[in-house]
Amino acid sequence: MIPAPKSPPPAEDAVPAVELRGITKRFPGVVANHDIDITVRRGTIHALVGENGAGKSTLMKILYGMQRPDEGTIGIDGEQVSFRSPADAIGRGIGMVHQHFMLADNLTVLENVVLGAERLHGIGAAARRRISELSDTYGLGVRPDLLVEEIGVADRQRVEILKVLYRGARTLILDEPTAVLVPQEVDALFENLRELTSEGLTVLFISHKLGEVLTVADEITVIRRGTTVDTVTPEGTTPRQLAELMVGSELPTPETRESTVTDQPVLTVSGLHLSGRDADGLPREVLAGIDFTIHRGEVLGIAGVEGNGQAELVEAVMGIRRPDGGRIELEGADISHAPTRKRREGGIGYIPEDRHRHGLLLEAPLWENRMLGHVTEPPNSSGPLLTAAAAREDTRRIVAEYDVRTPGIEVTAGSLSGGNQQKLIVGREMSHHPRVLIAAHPTRGVDVGAQARIWDEIRKARREGLAVLLISADLDELIGLSDSLRVMYRGRLVADADPATITPEELGTAMTGTATGHLEHDAGSDDASGTGSDETRGEESGE
Amino acid sequence: MSSPLRVDREKLVLGVAAPLLAIVTAVAITSAVMLLTGDNPFRAFSVMLDYGSKSDSQVWIINKAIPYYLAAAAVAIGFRMNLFNIGVDGQYRVAAFFAAVVGGALSLPGIVQIPIILLTAMACGAIWAGIAGYLKATRGVSEVITTIMLNFIGGSLIAYFLQEGRLAERDENIVHTTDIPDSSFFFEIPTDPYPIHGSIVIAVAVGIAYWFVLGRTRFGFDLRAVGRSEEAAEASGVSVKRTVVTAMLLSGAVAGLVGMPTLLNESGNYGIDFPEGLGFTGIAIALLGRNHAVGMGLAALLWGFLERTGTQLEFEGYDQEIVGVMQGIIVLSVVVAYELVRRWGIRRQQRQVGEQLAAARNGKTATDPAEVSA
Repeated sequence: MIPAPKSPPPAEDAVPAVELRGITKRFPGVVANHDIDITVRRGTIHALVGENGAGKSTLMKILYGMQRPDEGTIGIDGEQVSFRSPADAIGRGIGMVHQHFMLADNLTVLENVVLGAERLHGIGAAARRRISELSDTYGLGVRPDLLVEEIGVADRQRVEILKVLYRGARTLILDEPTAVLVPQEVDALFENLRELTSEGLTVLFISHKLGEVLTVADEITVIRRGTTVDTVTPEGTTPRQLAELMVGSELPTPETRESTVTDQPVLTVSGLHLSGRDADGLPREVLAGIDFTIHRGEVLGIAGVEGNGQAELVEAVMGIRRPDGGRIELEGADISHAPTRKRREGGIGYIPEDRHRHGLLLEAPLWENRMLGHVTEPPNSSGPLLTAAAAREDTRRIVAEYDVRTPGIEVTAGSLSGGNQQKLIVGREMSHHPRVLIAAHPTRGVDVGAQARIWDEIRKARREGLAVLLISADLDELIGLSDSLRVMYRGRLVADADPATITPEELGTAMTGTATGHLEHDAGSDDASGTGSDETRGEESGE
Repeated sequence: MSSPLRVDREKLVLGVAAPLLAIVTAVAITSAVMLLTGDNPFRAFSVMLDYGSKSDSQVWIINKAIPYYLAAAAVAIGFRMNLFNIGVDGQYRVAAFFAAVVGGALSLPGIVQIPIILLTAMACGAIWAGIAGYLKATRGVSEVITTIMLNFIGGSLIAYFLQEGRLAERDENIVHTTDIPDSSFFFEIPTDPYPIHGSIVIAVAVGIAYWFVLGRTRFGFDLRAVGRSEEAAEASGVSVKRTVVTAMLLSGAVAGLVGMPTLLNESGNYGIDFPEGLGFTGIAIALLGRNHAVGMGLAALLWGFLERTGTQLEFEGYDQEIVGVMQGIIVLSVVVAYELVRRWGIRRQQRQVGEQLAAARNGKTATDPAEVSA
């Protein structure tokens, strides 16, 4: 880990790079931002933190000219401006690196950088010179002639940064730049950012990961419920204080300690194998020899960088995908070939990763969504007929019990906020007394209130003797809720760990595929997580 | 909690707003078109109303609306699950042809023979549509393409068999299948001056079954779930492929009935003069009736009304094409008006949800300004 040298106190510069005063933005019925005040000094990394839905993204869209504020002023280098479009913002030296990269895979790095900015330095030698110059100045290490599809995520991000620098940006907005990176890449990114600020550029860094923010930022502004709550420096703050500022109340934790694990296996997966094709159409193993058993009262957490087969594993267990080998047992009964509906009726509850695509009918009213996935079970139907009145009644119960904030059960699911949609899904699944709960990213994109609620439900499920398969990108959530942990890498469960001792950093390292076998909490020696120990542990059952 | 009531009123407002908007727009645009072409729109409307409300016109309109309604129901079954069965036209013609052949070949008592004819028609329609369903489920072929192709294949198939010495006979200039026995004709409801076709009971039965199966059964829920989101339906345990095939079979079976009012109440045979194009009219009527059992009934009657009164307009010196223009404008107005009202409704709903959340938040924020400044 890089020791995090704080950049020197910036020179007394009276004119801030960016100054937002009293920004308010209303959407129909909702105030997304109100009375936002932020001052960003030139040559600093200024972090903007807040939970999902606090209004960070709206604010950045305002600063980047994608939305216009209803009230308030934006000052750039001491001058008041009014942006009509991102082009205006770019003209004023503001550049944005989006969370989702906007690169053309089949073009080279050079072509991607000049695309749309051909007028600056043409598309030939001058452009190439400028790119190398920028890359060298800021230590980006970009190779202009590689195709974007050939380079990794971290390199793509550097290309995005180079793109905005090429367009003359002096202030860079980075929207959740670390979401797609593994810890080592995050450190490299932070090095790049420090290079940028030491050359006098300004970075606005949006995140909700407090550890990172405290490492890299010079100043941190906390935004909560659409407004700025406080601006602090990392020296005078602890992660806990910062989190409490963000949440505005006592912080919920995902901790569940006293074990409820029994020795009765509920869900047993053995030798699961699924082959598929990668983006280039080449065959590859999506799942290879997956083995695990979840017992009554046990939460099994699966860690892994997204795209390593977690989604496919869940779909195979749910019967949405047909694996080409292996066996899935639910309390001793072979369900390897049972259709999805049979599995659901048999007691597998499912909180899907993408609730909009897989968990809800967005255009249908809440009570019809309450039936989805359980239409063959009471209270939704009796025989082949629907029992709409009973389903409606039960929807009202779920809305009340799970605190789904809605004006009624006739509104469409698409009108609810993410957290309330998720609470409805959790309520629906738990109402059918499952024996297994499969929760894929259960708290992704939900507010902290709903997150605490969902964690409670998972803990309750565990206490009541459910077997829970938890897939999450939130390592704190995984470590906090799980009784045992597995690391998934390229379709294999490559390592396991004890959530009582492992740290998020160690888990993050293992997710890059550098570790196998049992991960020991590293107390001095590095033989467990080092690459040298590959074949030393025999407990991984697979091959 | 008074909110369910409020939402219900909301639904009512939305339900009335769309057709109202559609009618006003359609009348306004049609009037403008007529004014542009130098005709008097108000006289035209009064001619249509006068002529359309005569009793012989009413019977004509009702009889015309029966096959229209059946065709619309067949299309709507597909629409409800996002399938565009453009092949209702081919399905009903193939079905009516073979039903006529079977009907002509048998001479059983009516009470036995009529059900046989109806079942033959439904089976043929289902098979013809089922080919498209099967190809979609197994090979992923778009049903739009296959059903259009099957329309042509069906037309050629009928042309091949509808020749003397094959399955047809010649009667002066008309080639047609053997007449079905008189006992196999459907009953009629005696009204003045002409009777209403008894096959209206088929249409009503299909309408009720459509409403009940889609809205009140598990199968209907699965079907609508697939229509709203295939992926969510699959994840919820619906076998999308099987539902696709089943829906196409059902749609085809209903399409098979489209030709029956003509066969069993009018012609008694399938000849080269058997009506064509009802399947395409059915698409327009399903759109107009918003796939709703009652809505499609009203739309079918409206369509019949326009066709009936359009001929009268011609006598009154108007261009007959104006009715075609009107029909087009009405369908467009309805589609646009419903989409606008739907979006407006969603925005309204989101605002309500937002207001509710804001109210809840304000209740909370009142207590914590102290810690904000901490």
